[in-house]
Amino acid sequence: MKWLCGGGVGWLLAGLLAGCSLSAVQPAAAPDRELVVFAAASLADAFERMGAAFAAGEPGVRVTLSVAGSQQLAQQLNSGAPADVFASANRLQMQAVVDGGRIDAGEVQLFASNRLVVVLPADNPAGLDSLQDLALPGLKLVLADAAVPVGQYSLDFLAKVSASPEYTAVYSPTVLANVVSYEDNVRVVLAKVQLGEADAGIVYASDVVGAVRDSVRLLAIPDPWNVVASYPIAPVGDSMQPDLAARFVAFVLGPEGQAILADAGLLPVRLAE
Amino acid sequence: MPMLVLLVLPLLALGLNLDYAGLWVHLASPVVMQALALSLGTGSTAALLVVLLGTPLSYLLARRTGRLQVFVETLVELPMVLPPAVAGVALLLVFGRRGLLGPFLEGAGVQIVFTPVAVVLAQVFVAAPFYITAAVAGFAEIDPDLEQAAALEGASDWGVFRHVTVALAWPALLAGAVMAWARSLGEFGATIIFAGNFPGRTQTMPLAIYLGFERDLDIAVTLAFLLVAVSFAVLVAVKGLLGRRGLGR
Repeated sequence: MKWLCGGGVGWLLAGLLAGCSLSAVQPAAAPDRELVVFAAASLADAFERMGAAFAAGEPGVRVTLSVAGSQQLAQQLNSGAPADVFASANRLQMQAVVDGGRIDAGEVQLFASNRLVVVLPADNPAGLDSLQDLALPGLKLVLADAAVPVGQYSLDFLAKVSASPEYTAVYSPTVLANVVSYEDNVRVVLAKVQLGEADAGIVYASDVVGAVRDSVRLLAIPDPWNVVASYPIAPVGDSMQPDLAARFVAFVLGPEGQAILADAGLLPVRLAE
Repeated sequence: MPMLVLLVLPLLALGLNLDYAGLWVHLASPVVMQALALSLGTGSTAALLVVLLGTPLSYLLARRTGRLQVFVETLVELPMVLPPAVAGVALLLVFGRRGLLGPFLEGAGVQIVFTPVAVVLAQVFVAAPFYITAAVAGFAEIDPDLEQAAALEGASDWGVFRHVTVALAWPALLAGAVMAWARSLGEFGATIIFAGNFPGRTQTMPLAIYLGFERDLDIAVTLAFLLVAVSFAVLVAVKGLLGRRGLGR
């Protein structure tokens, strides 16, 4: 069963559970305050550590993460889900919550950015070695759905390549014809590539750091074509503990928080001072 | 009647939230039409497969007794209580590229994951127990002496099965088949993992409802209402056919 144990299955389950997982980060002895943070799926690892580091400096505080696709979190927030902080993988979903009246537009700040990368199974069954190869007929490509931030960024990236002089306008439609599935969040895209079901997928650079890095191969996307994903964060307007929520946001934007993000493969917005 | 309120109120809310003015526009949208056609096609195929493959097994289970039979029956019932996500991962580990049958399927040039075949397989996996449980109960109620009598009269095995066994057990078989069909229509978790999500190919109604919920609530409510209406109509029709017997027997 060695071929099953590349971690792909675990990731798949983790990706699926991301839709509904609430994980307590800090098992403090008797936490009397709980801070609920809604974080985009691509922030799962970074915010797990972020929550623990923040709680370490706040006695009696426990950080509870709810991790899912940003579009799903935005929908939940607009349906009244109780939360203190929202960290989205794009401005669109943050704006949806601002429009829904749960977040004050003036409170929204960018805290990190991310880049796209093409990910291939470790054994590269389709033998891909350039972006041009994504247009090979019969290739099985998995993307996130256009409703998911990374899905929209993937479409933007393909459109950029199509419009460049080195490629032709048919590039994007040809590549899109190879898509076999539009997944619900970025971790499921990664899992299906790790499992080898897909020949290629498009995920964030931050999704393939640490142990995961060894289980896949990457095709870099050159800067001019890469789409920079901006992550906004804001306290939820009707939070019962606005002071704590504000301190968490400040922590994410502070040197310690930014270092955690950099460590997780995201691009911090504030360089170490 | 708090139970009844809890069961009926959410369905009522769906009807109240339906955008009646835009109903025809939503119904005619490609997302809805594709999902509806795919769901009816795959769900009916799955129900047919369940009846074809499940009937012989059910008959065997009803006629044999002993520990082995109890063990097999329990195995067969297992998908009913498993989370569908487990079914999806398990199916991937069998039919996926690196699954148990993966190399064999790849050698034969057969692609299952990400195709409507995967949708049907997922539906068969989760829906078969509903048919088999009903069919076993139906077959078990038939007196084996009747079958023996027919055989002594010179009827062939097939003749006995068709004219005696099935003729007597058909209400149970039909009820089971309808439950299997309805469960297939509602299948979500195993499908999104095993078959993926592609409009017109693997995006059945439940998947379109789930993704529509994040993108366009009107489409999600329209699809949800449609699914409820179709299921309700079929259940009523079958109940009428079976008289007061009911689906649960």
